[in-house]
Amino acid sequence: MSVRSAARLNRVSAPTQPADRSGSDLAAARQKQAGRRRLNVLGGRVLVAVVVLGGWELGSRIGVIDKFFWSQPSEIASTLWRWFTEGTDLGPLWEQVLVTMEETVGGFLVGSVLGVIFGVVLGRNRLLADVLGPYIKGANAIPRVVVGALFAVSLGLDIRAKIATAAVLVFFVVFFNAFQGVREVDRNLIANARILGADNRRLTTEIIIPSALSWIAASLHTSFGLALVGAVVGELFGATEGIGELIYLSKNLFDTAGVFAGMALLAATALVAEALITALEDRLIRWRPPVATEVRI
Amino acid sequence: MTPAIELRGVTKRFLTPSGGVYTALHDLNMSVEPGEFCSVVGPTGCGKSTTLALISGLEPASEGEVDVFGKPVAGIADGIGYVFQSDAVFPWKTVLGNVAAGPRYHGASNRDASERARDWIARVGLAGFEDRYPYQLSGGMRKRVALAQSLINSPRILLMDEPFSALDVQTRTLMENELLSLWSASSASVVFVTHDLEEAISLSDRVFVITAGPGTVKSTYKVDLPRPRNVAEIRFEPRFVAIYEEIWKELRDEVLVSYERQKRGAA
Repeated sequence: MSVRSAARLNRVSAPTQPADRSGSDLAAARQKQAGRRRLNVLGGRVLVAVVVLGGWELGSRIGVIDKFFWSQPSEIASTLWRWFTEGTDLGPLWEQVLVTMEETVGGFLVGSVLGVIFGVVLGRNRLLADVLGPYIKGANAIPRVVVGALFAVSLGLDIRAKIATAAVLVFFVVFFNAFQGVREVDRNLIANARILGADNRRLTTEIIIPSALSWIAASLHTSFGLALVGAVVGELFGATEGIGELIYLSKNLFDTAGVFAGMALLAATALVAEALITALEDRLIRWRPPVATEVRI
Repeated sequence: MTPAIELRGVTKRFLTPSGGVYTALHDLNMSVEPGEFCSVVGPTGCGKSTTLALISGLEPASEGEVDVFGKPVAGIADGIGYVFQSDAVFPWKTVLGNVAAGPRYHGASNRDASERARDWIARVGLAGFEDRYPYQLSGGMRKRVALAQSLINSPRILLMDEPFSALDVQTRTLMENELLSLWSASSASVVFVTHDLEEAISLSDRVFVITAGPGTVKSTYKVDLPRPRNVAEIRFEPRFVAIYEEIWKELRDEVLVSYERQKRGAA
């Protein structure tokens, strides 16, 4: 849960204050309470990390956890440190992160733009939707990561194969959300816009797409995660650099610490991206009332 | 003189989702003069809103003719304003964006549209709220936005579908008075649909009573109360009460028919 939504929740659940308090006192008390709450959340997070990582480390040291298969946090940390200071077997660490990021963002952009376009066009055109419907559902039913194999063959080892894989994963999520969003547009709003003189183009750009945006925005979190999956899977199918390739290499060397280190890098990358997506989402649907009960995780 | 709106022998049928045919209006005749304020009252489900949809061109008539300023309606024509019952302001546009939408759709430049929108926002008493989103406004304020949004296009015909039914009584009276003053400054004909007879009489020059569905005009009443009117006080005038009693006698039967039908439908 983000700190901001914690504060939001807090504002709503704050107990009623005595009536004789002045407004500024009330505000100060709330602020104090929110501060305490933030501290509690932070402390809780640290505690979870200490318990999980400490238990793991301890377990592998006393032999409850097999170090060879499951590695241990200290080793993972030293692998990360080594990659960071001396570089990886594939070159400098930041290059690997950058490559995977490029593939992810590329796939995310291509997939979501295509998804929105197809979703809006099919959502507006009943005939086309009926004709293409079964094919799209069929394609969606295939475990789509396998197309990574296809792209690895047809597009080779370079970045295009990974972008294509990620884009395919992203496309369907965004497409279905955009399609649904277009179908659920309030009839009254469409009637109103038409009366006010909107032509078909305006209707699409000013009513249908903004209305569908709240659906589309909701799918962006999921689809960015999928883009990362696509990029990494693409790298596993054949690559010369990237975090996925790093994991693949470590696996071949039975270096489980390397695999975990790669996972940690992916997690960190995803968290940063998540924050960016949240900012994008807030910007896209600024017009929506803040929901007091909203819990972000 | 050509009437602003004329409906001759209009019938409207809808296909129900189960494949049946539902007749909303049957052989409806109605005519509204230019600049006239008319109300349409009738029981729930009598096709009041359908009448507006036909005049606006949102729906075609199944039979009969609908003329606006002597020309048959074919699709949505210019010069028509429509204030919907539910909130139909665009939630992703600010007050300014909402009000400026009409002029922009008609090809005005952004600057010109904003300028005109600011003027209208001030006229409906929302100056200072230009940058708010609809969710940040009260129900009454959203209605003001909807009014400004329609009136900025200087419609020759203003259609209103129970626009104030969701407002509390005090806000409603305020809005009714404001509507009257805005209307008197324009030359628009108004067709105002409502189920509230008091509202209908206090606003209108003429009141149409529609029968329980399928709707047709049962009777028409002239409201000869002087203008300008104060909606909050006109209700106490003896002439108002007399007109109310007269129309209510007609309306009551239709309301009872509709009520009986609903009861039977529910049973």
